[in-house]
Amino acid sequence: MLADANKNSGNEPSATLLEVKGLRIEGLSEKGWQEIVCGVDLKLKRGEILGLIGESGAGKSTIGLAAMGFARDGCRITSGEIIFDGIELCTASEEQKRKLRGNRISYVAQSAAAAFNPAHRLLNQFAEGPVDHKVMSRTEAKEKGRKLYRSLDLPDPDNIGERWPHQVSGGQLQRMMVAMAMSCGPDLIVFDEPTTALDVTTQIEVLKTIKEIVTARNVSAIYITHDLAVVAQLADHLMVLRYGNLIEVNSTGQILEAPKQEYTRALLDARTRHEKTAVQISDAETLLSINSVTAGYGNGPDILQEVSVLVERGRTVAVVGESGSGKSTLARVITGLLPPRSGEIHFQSESLPPALAQRSKQQLRKVQMIYQIPDVALNPRQRVRDVVGRPLSFYLGLSGKEREHRIIELLEHIELSEHFIDRLPDELSGGEKQRICIARALAAEPELIICDEVTSALDTIVAKAILDLLQRLQRELSLTYLFISHDLDTVASIADRVVVLYAGRIAEQGPKAAVFQPPFHPYTRLLLSSVPEMRQGWLEETLSTREAKAGIAREVKITERGCPFAERCPVAIPEICVRDRPPLQTPASGHVFACQHAPEMLLDHSA
Amino acid sequence: MSNILKIIFSAPLSAKFGMLVVLIYSIVAIFAPFIAPYGEREILGRAFELWSDKYLLGTDNLGRDMLSRMIFGARNTIGLALSITILAFLLGSLTGMIAAALGGWVDQILSRIVDVLMSIPSLIFALLILSIFGTSVPYLIATITVIDATRVYRLARATAMNVVVMDYVEVARVRGEKLGWVIRKEILPNITAPLLAEFGLRFCFVFLFISALSFLGLGLQPPAADWGSMVRDNATLITFEDMTPLLPAGAIALLTIAINFIVDWMLHKSSGLKDVS
Repeated sequence: MLADANKNSGNEPSATLLEVKGLRIEGLSEKGWQEIVCGVDLKLKRGEILGLIGESGAGKSTIGLAAMGFARDGCRITSGEIIFDGIELCTASEEQKRKLRGNRISYVAQSAAAAFNPAHRLLNQFAEGPVDHKVMSRTEAKEKGRKLYRSLDLPDPDNIGERWPHQVSGGQLQRMMVAMAMSCGPDLIVFDEPTTALDVTTQIEVLKTIKEIVTARNVSAIYITHDLAVVAQLADHLMVLRYGNLIEVNSTGQILEAPKQEYTRALLDARTRHEKTAVQISDAETLLSINSVTAGYGNGPDILQEVSVLVERGRTVAVVGESGSGKSTLARVITGLLPPRSGEIHFQSESLPPALAQRSKQQLRKVQMIYQIPDVALNPRQRVRDVVGRPLSFYLGLSGKEREHRIIELLEHIELSEHFIDRLPDELSGGEKQRICIARALAAEPELIICDEVTSALDTIVAKAILDLLQRLQRELSLTYLFISHDLDTVASIADRVVVLYAGRIAEQGPKAAVFQPPFHPYTRLLLSSVPEMRQGWLEETLSTREAKAGIAREVKITERGCPFAERCPVAIPEICVRDRPPLQTPASGHVFACQHAPEMLLDHSA
Repeated sequence: MSNILKIIFSAPLSAKFGMLVVLIYSIVAIFAPFIAPYGEREILGRAFELWSDKYLLGTDNLGRDMLSRMIFGARNTIGLALSITILAFLLGSLTGMIAAALGGWVDQILSRIVDVLMSIPSLIFALLILSIFGTSVPYLIATITVIDATRVYRLARATAMNVVVMDYVEVARVRGEKLGWVIRKEILPNITAPLLAEFGLRFCFVFLFISALSFLGLGLQPPAADWGSMVRDNATLITFEDMTPLLPAGAIALLTIAINFIVDWMLHKSSGLKDVS
């Protein structure tokens, strides 16, 4: 193959592949053209991985795209040089750049689900690049695709390419996206937050794939993320960016061990686990009790099976599990959006009607909810005054000056000034939007607030600020939280009790200390070991554990009988676990443990 | 008030032109009896007189003043088209939003009724109804309203469906808000842009539909002046190389274009698209 021979000609190990000098990019805003990348230099050698870190608005993605000589609509590269393997991309013609993109430089987007065309089979999309660039024929490209799928340990590699994008899971789709980026054998891959939307267990699966590809094939990569712990597993060098300015650049080890800049320390600090000091409330009263609730949608299977949870006043109960485990369904059952098929919900010792329409205004007022994505939880046509004011007039009958006064008071509670009262959601940042959602929940003066993944759509630093705010509000207003999350770091820092859900069944629940300390339930252990740690080499260590080998790269499946986790469990007892429901054990009061093994037995395996 | 003026002055030239045309049309329609030199139904002279100082645009097939009938026609046709469009929008968007918000069997029943109505070609449907019930103005309005409401229903339901799945609608429901509030405050503000655009287009279609019916003799009945029937009545003149019958047709075309200019501008504004120059 001629193209390949050409490509490998400049393949000396330490040669500089990409060099960016004094890059300046402007973006169009209401105030006209404004600089969003202010003079950034970077150098990338062959086979190296560079991590770009920063919050949203730092210009990470813009720089990543500029490395391909591309500027998004409404952006323009004003000055600087981008030299890729001796080719100056700023002055190169569109034709020249087109020959490079997808061929020698490729791009992996954040959401694979949005990046694949749903109307074409996966392997056909894989072959598109190589055929277009005339690197291979269609049959050769497809053969290469199958080979790549096999080397990436995708299930059924010979036939998976014949499926449509919606027929494979999110993690698999993201891995196929990585495979697609490799289709022409590129020299440089730009990864734009490829694991941000994924569960911890799926994240490991994708990280593993990326690591294998990059090290085995001597490809250079730019990895864009806001999560330091993730990029620490991959990158040789890190660049910390903020508002388009370079804050710090150094080797990964140096940044983690000895950050020089204040901002880098703040980023590291936001990712470090801060244990919440348990609030001691004597004889806490039960606020919410869910008694063996079973629920499902339409005629479908039971998404929740006999789930029982107790929530005490003034505490935070966290519900954790991967996507598909039924966490959000539980929230919908509590709010009344989805009446359960069986089981009861008691609130303040009175029975709560199953359906929303049967509940009284006061019952509705006492349970409020905060959503995962603040952008869709706020009506874009309503000002902050209407958003926060509506629960005040609806539940509490406030109006006029009284209402206005209370809105400003609530804004103060969530640390926003009263000037925000006339803003539309478009005029707020992600963190501010989530604060308004919190204010809306507070306005109803609720007893219980359900927080559904409230920080997972936010940057690390903003997320930490929101968590701090929630904890402060809990202390001041003695609120009770039901905190739904897949992020165990967050849970560890905020929860008093933890409920671990798997495939609609409770795997384990109890006080945080009991759940997060050995002996672990096998599923809790898998979740805990999947949370990236802020040190290099963590990924390799984790992947070599038995938990990872057994449990990663599998989907959550609801089972009619046996333990749903059995097929991913490293300590599953053959035949028994797939056949019998695991017995509920109570090793200590308030600690429930669903497993065939006795907790003491599992201690041995923890070593 | 000064705010509205500011917005109007910031409009592009095409929208300004559209607004000017609509303004002139409305003045003519409202003050028709004062502007028109002669009465709507007065027979003044011989049929098909040429343009002269006395009859600026000549006379029609019965000897009535063309200009006066054009002016009164504006009043009749625009008034009819406007009221039909407004009624169709009230009916169509309200039922569409209810269907989207409630879903289930309400949605099923409403949507199937609309499907049945839409499966009958609209002109044939109108001809049928009007020949059964007669061609009085109330029946004319009711028939075209129903026909057009089905199109509005489809659009309103489709756009509202996209809004209903948003978390903020769920927030309102969990809060315990009634259906009316959800529709008025959560859904409607988010679908006004496409509805407005459709309003402009629908208005033009209604206009053309009335004219078509009038041309077939089922629209506004003589002696009331109407641009559609004026084209029909004087069509023979075209063969004599006289352009007079094309004037009412031109009036229709001009208004259609003007309204679409305005709607384009409003859409552009509300969609928040930025000009990238």
